[in-house]
Amino acid sequence: MSDISFVRKEMLPEKAPPASEVGAIGWARHNLFSGWVNSILTLVSLYAIYYVLAGVLPWILQSSWSAQSLKECREVFEAAYGTTHGHACWGVINERWLQLLFGFYPPELYWRPILALLLLLVALSPVLFADHVSYKVLRFTAIYPFLMVWLMWGGPIWGPISAAMGFVVGFAILKFGTGRMGELAAMIAAVAGAVVWWLLLSGTFSSVMSSILPIAIQSVESRQFGGFMLALLLGVVAIGVSLPIGIVLALGRQSDLLIVKSLCIGFIEFIRGVPLITLLFVASLLLNIFLPPGTNFDIILRVMIMMTLFSAAYMAEVIRGGLAALPRGQYEGADSLGLDYWQAQRLIIMPQALKISIPGIVSTFIGIFKDTTLVSIIGLLDVIGLASAIRADTAWNGIYWELFAFIAFLFFVVCFSMSRYSMYLERKLQTGHR
Amino acid sequence: MTTLTDPPKETFRLSMLLYDTRYRSATIQVIAMFAFMLLAAWLINNTIINLNNLGKEVTFGFLGETAGYDINQRLLDYNSQDSHIRAALMGLLNTLVVAVLGCITATIIGVFVGVMRLSSNWLIARIMTVYVETFRNVPVLLWIVLAMAILIESLPAPRAFRGEDATASMNLFDSVAITNRGVYIPEPLFSRSLGDIHLLGEHALRFDVSMDLMAILIVLALSIFGMRKVSAKANATQAATGDRPKTWHIQLGLLFVPMIVLLVALGFHLGYPELKGFNFKGGTYMRNSLIALWLALSLYTAAFIAEIVRAGILAISQGQTEAASALGLRPGRTMRLVILPQALRVIIPPMISNYLNLTKNSSLAIAVGYMDITGTLGGITMNQTGRELECVLMLMLVYLAISLSISGVMNWYNNSVKLVER
Repeated sequence: MSDISFVRKEMLPEKAPPASEVGAIGWARHNLFSGWVNSILTLVSLYAIYYVLAGVLPWILQSSWSAQSLKECREVFEAAYGTTHGHACWGVINERWLQLLFGFYPPELYWRPILALLLLLVALSPVLFADHVSYKVLRFTAIYPFLMVWLMWGGPIWGPISAAMGFVVGFAILKFGTGRMGELAAMIAAVAGAVVWWLLLSGTFSSVMSSILPIAIQSVESRQFGGFMLALLLGVVAIGVSLPIGIVLALGRQSDLLIVKSLCIGFIEFIRGVPLITLLFVASLLLNIFLPPGTNFDIILRVMIMMTLFSAAYMAEVIRGGLAALPRGQYEGADSLGLDYWQAQRLIIMPQALKISIPGIVSTFIGIFKDTTLVSIIGLLDVIGLASAIRADTAWNGIYWELFAFIAFLFFVVCFSMSRYSMYLERKLQTGHR
Repeated sequence: MTTLTDPPKETFRLSMLLYDTRYRSATIQVIAMFAFMLLAAWLINNTIINLNNLGKEVTFGFLGETAGYDINQRLLDYNSQDSHIRAALMGLLNTLVVAVLGCITATIIGVFVGVMRLSSNWLIARIMTVYVETFRNVPVLLWIVLAMAILIESLPAPRAFRGEDATASMNLFDSVAITNRGVYIPEPLFSRSLGDIHLLGEHALRFDVSMDLMAILIVLALSIFGMRKVSAKANATQAATGDRPKTWHIQLGLLFVPMIVLLVALGFHLGYPELKGFNFKGGTYMRNSLIALWLALSLYTAAFIAEIVRAGILAISQGQTEAASALGLRPGRTMRLVILPQALRVIIPPMISNYLNLTKNSSLAIAVGYMDITGTLGGITMNQTGRELECVLMLMLVYLAISLSISGVMNWYNNSVKLVER
């Protein structure tokens, strides 16, 4: 076979790809200039970016941090750049940032909300980062709500403790009663016991204890709360309290009991059908009318109640989604093991359903957190309310953009990191069904 | 020896209400109902006592009283001598106006952004991501207030348009004036108008129906009906012969010719805004509060809609497109017949809740002084009459009715595009 004149015995050495296909040029060719439409789009968007940055960057950077008033700012700009417009006067943030963050909370007590926030992160860590944190921290999570109330409002420690005692009383009745009178009766007795404690005994208990052992920190009135702290506080309280209510509502909506079901649907759809602002009107104008004559608790607490009801309805829908996403087999498996309804919910259904709904809960939280700004409409001094108050000051009359930019930045940082967290969680919870 | 014993006789004991699964659910329901009624009775009782102490009673008679305040942006005729109920109606219409405008623009922007976020162009995709994240993570109230501030602070005042050395000029061939008081756009006028029909005489809910608008709508409906007929005939021809006759020119003709004839017959022309004295006259005037609310709500909601659209498109697997091209469908038809019907099923349910959110968020109009139903019924009327209970109750019912009807309509639409499963 001599007509085979040449057979290659060894591989050709690899050649480097053409210069236009690799590196920055190759990347740009593939991602920015892959056709004439894309090229035009790229150029247009480059121009748009330039246009925006050319307006915004000088405004941010050629600014004044030290001026004490808008007038002073303008004088500084006139001297330095020859114009009064197009420069940010960050002096207002420099002067008022503590107020924007904490409202009128006493400055010497700023450590308390900060500590409460840090402890919140600790308390949430076993839920949010279940893989990395021991579940024993959950005991701290159970204590946290009472600790937070004490830290934020101050006063004698026995108030929060006697409130917590109600739960202890209820739990004890449930624990010891279950064997003797059956689960359902024990549960009713536990609820009744806790309510009796709160309504009749807790007041006496706390006053007696504080006269025996006066442990107290300086108390702070609710009307001193404000700023970004108020948004965080309202958001955390609303979500924290609405979670159990939401679970009950979701179970009620899924149940076979017609009356319970229609009551739950009615509540959820009513709350979801009206804007939050009308519920805040109820909080500021009507809630005192609905309660027994003489009841008069402060506006922050009333707003908290209405925001809790509001978020409970949304929470119920999120958890219902989690319940609906569970495969039917889980319910049937629980039945076949002979578990009753509450055992099945506690041991099989809820742990899985709640896990599925954590991303939904986080996005509900982001929504509620953003909606807390609405309290400025009923006159509370949250960040937006404070911005108007600062603008009413003669020194800062007419300042808009710096305040808005600062507020937007605060919300963006918090909400964006929470939404990233929920995306991380979604990836982690995706246990590979596709 | 065996003894036969009767099975133990079923006797009803009280404890069976709790422990027998046959009766337990009924017990729980009765308890729940009882507790609910107790709660309701307690609340109502408290309310009655409190209102008695305040010397108030629940009546809705105040709605017929003279409102005494003006509403600066309105669709129907209204003056300060009209009743509170008419003011509330103006507010309701304003709410609906901003909700409808907002839903339309939010959908357009949202679909555009959602599609662009999937663009193969890296820069475009990043810009759209930045847009979505910025708008989603900052409260809508801040956007509304910010939009209002931008409109007031950065747009020229009407006097800047005046004189020889005017610093501002009108846009679009002198037909649109954008000022810091609002936007003036041309208004449609009819020189041979058919006139209005006044319905309900002098009643508080009276309204005028423009016969010109009615005529236009009727002609438009007839045109669309004709176009569908033509299209159905073309489909039948295609099914019978395999060839689809060309119909686009007939369709366009059906759409435009009757409309143009009608408009010429009515003497249609545009009334342009003109600078008279210190302000613009003529044209349709949209206040800056409306513009700010509309802009902020649409940009905010569009960020959410963009994510929904993106998720909807990503949910359709690549195989569907490939299968469609294997069948020989052209890209346009692939989109219309294969991709969109499937993507819409994913997109519509969350879209409904975003439309609802936009409508509910429009109640933040009160922050910029746009007179929607929250600003009239829940704002000035409530403050003037001191009827908090009645006003907030009516306000809630109105929003509930709007929400339920939007979700009803959208659910009906959703059912009509839903895949029919076995």
